[in-house]
Amino acid sequence: MTTLWIAIIVASLGCYGLKLAGVSLPAPVLNHPRVQRISGLLPVAMLAALVVTDLFGANGHYTADWHTLAGVGAGAIALRFGRSPLIVFLVAIAVTALTQLI
Amino acid sequence: MSTFTALRSRIPAAVIAPEPFAERAAITRAAAGIGLYAGAFGVTFGAVAVRAGLSVTQAVAMSAVMFTGASQFALVGVLATGGTLLAGVSAALLLGLRNAFYGIPVTRILRPRGERRALAAQFVIDETTAMAVAQPAPRAGRYAFWATGGALFTLWVLGTLAGALIGGEINTSALGLNAAAPAIFLALLWPQLSQARGAAVALGAAVVALVLIPLVPAGLPIVAAAAVAILAGLLPDRRHEKNQGR
Repeated sequence: MTTLWIAIIVASLGCYGLKLAGVSLPAPVLNHPRVQRISGLLPVAMLAALVVTDLFGANGHYTADWHTLAGVGAGAIALRFGRSPLIVFLVAIAVTALTQLI
Repeated sequence: MSTFTALRSRIPAAVIAPEPFAERAAITRAAAGIGLYAGAFGVTFGAVAVRAGLSVTQAVAMSAVMFTGASQFALVGVLATGGTLLAGVSAALLLGLRNAFYGIPVTRILRPRGERRALAAQFVIDETTAMAVAQPAPRAGRYAFWATGGALFTLWVLGTLAGALIGGEINTSALGLNAAAPAIFLALLWPQLSQARGAAVALGAAVVALVLIPLVPAGLPIVAAAAVAILAGLLPDRRHEKNQGR
């Protein structure tokens, strides 16, 4: 077995283990009002962080690609008009691809 | 009263015919949309993975077993830029850490037990969690979780296979797929901004992540942003307690 396979297996099982740990918390912990408040806000915080790091970060330094920014901006406008995730996705990649042709 | 009706009245209504709930069609549409996006994004991953030196089998195995896009891109991204395996695995695990946090809201909504817990765990990712927590009732939340998870898993793995087979032939950048991940994360974030402190937490998390980008390894800015949600959740909030409908 190659070291690449070992790395893939370790990382994959590790990621699954993290997911399993999260869904294995005991009920009293989950029913606590503070935990409930936090659990509603966790996706908000992490999704916001993901958007920012995807748009402005790469390998530990700042970067930005205006084509991608234009595409995601167009996606945000689609969201403002109540469009579904699929439409937002299509608008974002279409605008990004088109700006690259200019 | 016939025996049948007498018997029927003792069986919970949900066992006889699950009542459709209002959001069902909208959830199915959204889940299908996310599935399609995942398929296209899976093609990107497959192509990138093969170009980074993975075999087709390795790329597909990653999508099926790791099944968390950001971690997968982190691992192949590190390999593609000549990084060590240890750095790649660390980045993947750091990015996967947020799924452990997602387990909290998912478990609250799903209450999974036994084997179902093991299966539910695999589906705990950004999209399924966001879809589940966005629903007003637990039942709609459970449907949203499984519908999104099933569509996403299937198309993500198939997309990866297609991308890995086509490999270097596709120029994912020219197709605008660099915008795919941030756009879909924004779409998932959007409906949640309206919850109490949602917008403030999103802004705080974005600032924390932005400041940390050059200071810590990839993955950690996102984990650090979780601290913003924890802090905001620890503060007592009358408005939120009044509105606690789920």
